[in-house]
Amino acid sequence: MALRFEILGRFNRARAARLILPHYECQTPLFMPVGTQGTIKGLTTNQLEDIGCQIILGNTYHLALRPTSELIDELGGLHKFMNWPRALLTDSGGFQMVSLLHLADITEKGVTFQSPVDGKPMLLTPEESIQIQNRIGADIIMALDDVVKTTITGPRIEEAMYRTLRWIDRCISAHKRPHEQNLFGIVQGGLDPVLRDICVRGLVERNLPGYAIGGLAGGEDKDSFWRVVAQCTAALPEHKPRYVMGVGYPLDIVVCSALGADMYDCVYPTRTARFGTALVPEGVLRLKHKAMEDDMRPIDPTCDCMVCKTYTRAYIHCLVTKDAMGSQLLSYHNLYYMMKLSRGLHSSIVEGRFPEFVCQFLQKMFPQGDVPEWVCNAMEVAGIDISSCSAPFSSLPNKVEDTQNQEVKQ
Amino acid sequence: MKFAVKAWSNGKGRAGVVHCPQPIETPALLLTTRKGLPVFIPPDHLHSNLLHVSPLHFLEGISLKAISNIGGLHPLLGLRDHILVAVPRDSIISIPDHDSTNRIGASFETPCGRMLIKPAEYMEMISSMRPNLWVTLADEVPAWASEKRNKVSVERTLRWLDECITSSSTDGAVFGSIVGGSRVEERRRCAQEVARRNVEGFWIGGFGLGESMEERNPLLSAVTDSLPEEKPRLVSGLGLPEEVLQGVAAGVDLFDSTYIYHLTLGGFALTFELERTDTQITKYQPKSNSGSDGTKINLKATMYRKDISPIVDNCKCYTCQNHTKAYINHLLNVHEMLAHILLEIHNTHHFLGFFRSIREAIQEGKFEQFQQKFIGSRHEHLFSATLSV
Ligand SMILES: [Zn+2]
Ligand SMILES: [Zn+2]
Repeated sequence: MALRFEILGRFNRARAARLILPHYECQTPLFMPVGTQGTIKGLTTNQLEDIGCQIILGNTYHLALRPTSELIDELGGLHKFMNWPRALLTDSGGFQMVSLLHLADITEKGVTFQSPVDGKPMLLTPEESIQIQNRIGADIIMALDDVVKTTITGPRIEEAMYRTLRWIDRCISAHKRPHEQNLFGIVQGGLDPVLRDICVRGLVERNLPGYAIGGLAGGEDKDSFWRVVAQCTAALPEHKPRYVMGVGYPLDIVVCSALGADMYDCVYPTRTARFGTALVPEGVLRLKHKAMEDDMRPIDPTCDCMVCKTYTRAYIHCLVTKDAMGSQLLSYHNLYYMMKLSRGLHSSIVEGRFPEFVCQFLQKMFPQGDVPEWVCNAMEVAGIDISSCSAPFSSLPNKVEDTQNQEVKQ
Repeated sequence: MKFAVKAWSNGKGRAGVVHCPQPIETPALLLTTRKGLPVFIPPDHLHSNLLHVSPLHFLEGISLKAISNIGGLHPLLGLRDHILVAVPRDSIISIPDHDSTNRIGASFETPCGRMLIKPAEYMEMISSMRPNLWVTLADEVPAWASEKRNKVSVERTLRWLDECITSSSTDGAVFGSIVGGSRVEERRRCAQEVARRNVEGFWIGGFGLGESMEERNPLLSAVTDSLPEEKPRLVSGLGLPEEVLQGVAAGVDLFDSTYIYHLTLGGFALTFELERTDTQITKYQPKSNSGSDGTKINLKATMYRKDISPIVDNCKCYTCQNHTKAYINHLLNVHEMLAHILLEIHNTHHFLGFFRSIREAIQEGKFEQFQQKFIGSRHEHLFSATLSV
């Protein structure tokens, strides 16, 4: 085990902690931006430090293709290669294969796929995934799991869960750098509480440095989503970090943190920036919109990032989706927003004012009090009273469930 | 704006200072921008305060009224202490289109299509944008334009100059535009006419439009010989290091160069030596697959795959202080935007260093040796590269 996890404060299930990794001492809850190919699109590592990024993600599948894990290893590891002094996390590569390559197929040996380079059949075994991640050298590495879509039902889910458990032992024995890198196991089991329970207990028995909740954020309904998170966080050990994979909408992060999760990753803030969308406390702001043309306000008047301190919406509007600088500046703001959200969660939990923080967050995002039902349900389980910011359900008309698609009207 | 010449080379080259009001030592480089910011360098990594701005870039996406309401380009771009120089043409996405230019206005090829800009419209842009310096609207023609078309362009440019000056309501310094294509007489006539106008400096247009380096020398001299020494001269279209040296030798003070932009897009990094004139001439040792011509390297080349040294060993730029050739090679291979950010940072830093060397050489009275040596080592390199093939 190459980490320490010290809980600094709690509010019911929510916790704020210090996560001490080989390259950085992080504060949780935290959001990890995705730097697929050894860079966060359009930002310098210096800017990432200024923004307050603590851990960034590298995608094993992409890095193994180019520049290859052998080269990264030869040049001293990914930290050195991309000159990132803080923490790194790599995924197993399996998810990328299954989601990017139509011809990926999972057998007991591993994930077979067609090489995108020469079309030859290739095999990624748990052993190989760990070997590649050992070469890349991230602070946290992920076990190869059998990934299935959450929307799939039936025996395939059960098969994948048991296979994930069999593979974790192969990952553990293949792991050559346990004193420098932390292997996290991934809880699978779809939306089935029984399968999730078997998987959690199986992984906890292995006494891993940390655990991830996988197989979510794949199109399942929000009620199922938070219930799986709530079930897993309740069953996972208190003194170890919990990472909900692929989660990145601000609202989801707030809900999961209330339920006791600590870490999140998503391409959303940077990807949406490239399409001209800014994250703001009210939800999202589409800078492409014609109304922005004469808007002399900053993207978010309450944000003190370099972009908001300097530029108007009107100027960003004339850059977005046309000039590289538009996506650079929006990515900067969006990541700054995510880091500010992470800090807000951390400090409000430490300072014992977590419910107030959640209420303020919800109030800005749902000024009419139309907090989605699933959020209310999750908060009830989390023991966070949000009655001050949410209207009783009977008094509201049908609500839009997906808040991310709500336009901010100002 | 104030300008003072501080030193002369043995010929017409000069080193000076433009106060605008911040002092800028000349010869100086105007950084290329897209809508007022460098194409890739983020504002928190921008360490030069002299920028070229094309008012035409703002024709899409933002209204002049909005720019005017916020107080012009400086607050809009968050570059309050920077010197912004407005020139309609940018040689990249705002290209003079002489075929469609007519007596009413100048035509440009832009990403939003062909634009015909009338002097009055142009002046409206200038007064809304409030650049520190601006050049009058010109009718630029390429080197192959007919004698008749060329004459028309001179007359039109002079007429527009008078219109621009008369209708100007801005406190920015005006630079009168000089054209004349590839005819020495027309160049001289235009320069003499502009010199008689009430302008604070001169913009030399119509270069980089198809003329050869050799035929440019007499044209440049015809212009600068006709201009008063005490006013600064800005040229567009001379971008390569050799062309900058040619312009400096002819007495040009300010350059807007798209060289860095093109290098950066192509994956090139400037590597030529920025030594002073009194140090030893170093021998270049070209490698057959280095993608190098002695002044730059192509970081896409496979030989940099494992090269963990910076682009230039003692370079003080952010890129060289933080990243290796191997990393930039990887970023280029996977088409990541950071490659261009890092390259533009280094190339800008390096090219600004080149301008510093030029100024020092002039101040030390060694500009001619500096120019000869630079061009000589380039030739030597090209010669030995030919032999090694
Ligand atoms: Zn901001
Ligand atoms: Zn450098």
